[in-house]
Amino acid sequence: MITPKELAKKIQKQEAFASGGRWCAGCAFPMIVRTILAAAGENVVVSNATGCLEVTSTIYPYTSWGVPWIHNTFENAAATLSGAEAAYDFIQKQDEKNLPKFGKELKNKKVKFVAFGGDGGTYDIGLQSLSGALERGDDFVYVCYDNGAYMNTGNQRSSASPLGSSTTTAPAGKEHLGKEELRKDLLKIALAHNIPYVAQGAVHDLIDLYNKAEKAFSKKGPAVIDVLSPCVNWKIAPGTTMEISRIAANTCFWPLYEVDEGKYKITYKPSKKLKVEEFLKPQGRFKHLFKNAKGKKIIEKTQKEVDRRWEELQELEIFTNRK
Amino acid sequence: MDKKTSKQIPIGGIIDKPKTSLLNKTGDWKKMRPVIDESKCIHCAKCVLSCPENCIAIKKDGKRGDVNLDFCKGCGICAKECPVGAITMVEDK
Ligand code: SF4
Ligand code: SF4
Repeated sequence: MITPKELAKKIQKQEAFASGGRWCAGCAFPMIVRTILAAAGENVVVSNATGCLEVTSTIYPYTSWGVPWIHNTFENAAATLSGAEAAYDFIQKQDEKNLPKFGKELKNKKVKFVAFGGDGGTYDIGLQSLSGALERGDDFVYVCYDNGAYMNTGNQRSSASPLGSSTTTAPAGKEHLGKEELRKDLLKIALAHNIPYVAQGAVHDLIDLYNKAEKAFSKKGPAVIDVLSPCVNWKIAPGTTMEISRIAANTCFWPLYEVDEGKYKITYKPSKKLKVEEFLKPQGRFKHLFKNAKGKKIIEKTQKEVDRRWEELQELEIFTNRK
Repeated sequence: MDKKTSKQIPIGGIIDKPKTSLLNKTGDWKKMRPVIDESKCIHCAKCVLSCPENCIAIKKDGKRGDVNLDFCKGCGICAKECPVGAITMVEDK
């Protein structure tokens, strides 16, 4: 297993995602991107849906990327990457003597393909092109950095926004206490395509994320990784990006697990499962829930849902690993 | 107005040099900056990995290097993540 030191060295040697980008201070996705790219290795092609990551990393004519990178709109990061992967695949099948110079070079390279999208570009707008690419079995890894809303445009509700969170399109007021629906379960949708690998990671455990990414890249066919990416719009104290992510895992609001060839494995089991309040309380986007009985009900409902999903996950782990 | 030829106009939508964001020193965003107590540091590299700006160096021998304040945004994650409390955030004046 890779150590933090080795991972840090790998990242700094690779220089795939440079400093100088304009993401907010304390943003989580730079660490996620660097870790995923370290696992991808030397030759990687990135496609990026519209979103915070794309906007802040490529303010024209500047770019933070040190690897080939294609931006396309919200809805088609996966389709764009499918095209790039298909072109690469075509070159692999050609006779070397018929290829132009760049084709010859490409033919002798093992190239990995990875798409990055936020939850808006993944759960909502890009879902159908992602589904298409998964169904076709294209050989790529899709990574969603999940901050639970359209943060780039200023915190609008997405289908990844948690129950009770206040966003500008589902704000907390007298009648409504933030979002009234539960989060969509993206990975279940991904799994419904019967793809070889699906995983959930979080920014506070980059070693776990690296291992998952390595597995994802080793598969022939598509893989999806959903990574919790805490955001300043959660209204958390400065510097607590990693801390809040850790609490998310310890409350089982955000379990760390993978599904490898249909087999579930929970990669982190908290020794003591914390109450979901511990995750909600430090975040301004949930502060209205702590003010009255109605808010308390939403917290209870959140706890119930967290418990249900955690139970289900444990049962699926047992069920899919039975002899 | 000078007429430009097609050769002088950059191709739309293409950035032909990698990592040019390095020209954009984000260090001037910060209000606080990290100060590392060398006597406490155990060189675990946690701060290096946790920094969004990738501005804490790791040396070839695995030891932690200096903080590049040209890019540090002063987020304070490194100070929170250091397991031995070797990093304190001080006002950047
Ligand atoms: S304060 Fe933030 S940006 Fe500065 S070195 Fe620490 S983690 Fe990096
Ligand atoms: S986290 Fe603390 S102990 Fe670890 S390398 Fe950084 S300063 Fe040193």
